[in-house]
Amino acid sequence: MGVICALGNDLASMWPACRDGHPGIAAITSLDTTNIRYKNGAEVRGFDPAQHFQPTQADFLDRFAQFALVAAREALASSGLTFSPGEGARTAVVTGSCVGGQSTQDAGFVSIYQQKTNRAHPLTIPRCMANAGASHIAMELGISGPVYTISTACSSANHAMGQAFWMVRSGLVDAAITGGSEAPFSFGFLKAWEAMRIVAPDTCRPFSKDRQGLIMGEGAGMLVLESMEAAQARGANILGEIVGFGMSSDAGHITSPTVEGPASAMRSALADGGLAPEDIGYINAHGTGTAGNDRMETAAIRSVFAQHADKLAVSSTKSMHGHALGAAGALEAVATVMALRDQLVPPTINFRVPDPECDLDIVANQGRPAVIGGALSNSFAFGGLNAVLAFRKI
Amino acid sequence: MHAIAGETLTMSDDITEKVLDVIAASKRMPREQVTATSTFEELGMDSLSGLNLIFDIESAFDVSVPDEVLERVKSVPQLIENLKLLLAQKAAPPGLPQ
Repeated sequence: MGVICALGNDLASMWPACRDGHPGIAAITSLDTTNIRYKNGAEVRGFDPAQHFQPTQADFLDRFAQFALVAAREALASSGLTFSPGEGARTAVVTGSCVGGQSTQDAGFVSIYQQKTNRAHPLTIPRCMANAGASHIAMELGISGPVYTISTACSSANHAMGQAFWMVRSGLVDAAITGGSEAPFSFGFLKAWEAMRIVAPDTCRPFSKDRQGLIMGEGAGMLVLESMEAAQARGANILGEIVGFGMSSDAGHITSPTVEGPASAMRSALADGGLAPEDIGYINAHGTGTAGNDRMETAAIRSVFAQHADKLAVSSTKSMHGHALGAAGALEAVATVMALRDQLVPPTINFRVPDPECDLDIVANQGRPAVIGGALSNSFAFGGLNAVLAFRKI
Repeated sequence: MHAIAGETLTMSDDITEKVLDVIAASKRMPREQVTATSTFEELGMDSLSGLNLIFDIESAFDVSVPDEVLERVKSVPQLIENLKLLLAQKAAPPGLPQ
């Protein structure tokens, strides 16, 4: 696995920070927020592209694609997998991204509309396209099998990882590099989120009665998937196991969630993995910190798990790494795999006031050792698109 | 003070009519179906169409509706009442000599 986000720029720094409840949310520094109502975000810190890319390569990479490549390199290195020439045809790259090269697009519009240059940079399109991250991973690593990007808003990464998981399980490919990346901190895009009036003025407080909304995040998470047999046969350092994937559409409202849509996706993930509700000890919640999501997600979890819902640990790591949109599910998959591996549930930080409508065991403010055999990671997107991954302790 | 109050009253009627016009246009519904006593629920508004309406109101009246004001507004009369306050603040910012 590889990861870069507000909690750390690799797995060795991200997971301890996540486990220990470190805040990744702080004042936004990458742009001037004077004319934006909210001031805080969960930005990647201390990231110098020059340390990772030659200038000739960096020219082609928007920040979101840089994150994708950095996380993919780390994931591949930790997997120990290498590709001889020609071997890449049996490997897939499936990434998620909600908005692709936002800062490139924003800079292009500033040039055209504000500076009146009447010309756009020729690399604007190759940098902006949402599949740029996947394509650069394939180009750099010589992966010539199925390579594509899924864009389903906040569920993008989970949809991507779920498809990659199914491709490996079905034998369509031998291995897959999969996850999501996002770099949404551009002025125009932050203004668009301001207009939704669901970004918190201070911080993200999932499931807390005084929650005021989400906090934007950025980064990437990438996983290398292969069959358990293949990984064991080559003596790989196996970090975790994905066992099920479920998805559904609310077919309801474009922005307001339902209970049944998310519940259906959770049931499908359990069924796909051959799991009973009682097999699940931890849910990494979508947990955006908005009034609507957290209430509806609680109801959906209760609908699926009935009495077992009171025996589950549920936490939202978005309270620490923010909502990284198309990368969110990937950051949370990393957290979920590590939670199973270390048998430790990462906390929901910034929690202050219990909410009767979110009456789950949300592991407030401090991580907690727990015996967990199975876990779910939820992603529910605008557009009513739900994608849930099921993991098992190895 | 009396003169200002009188002006406000006249302006208020205009505000009400203009708000109803904006709602009808924003919700794409016949103007006669929008009344000054309707709740947003009666007008079939959800959270997203409510945001759209406030955006249109901000544009029509050249004001900015803060989040905390938006949370209080669930009906046409509440919208008109809060809009008048915002317009009055805009005309005479707090702290300036009256």
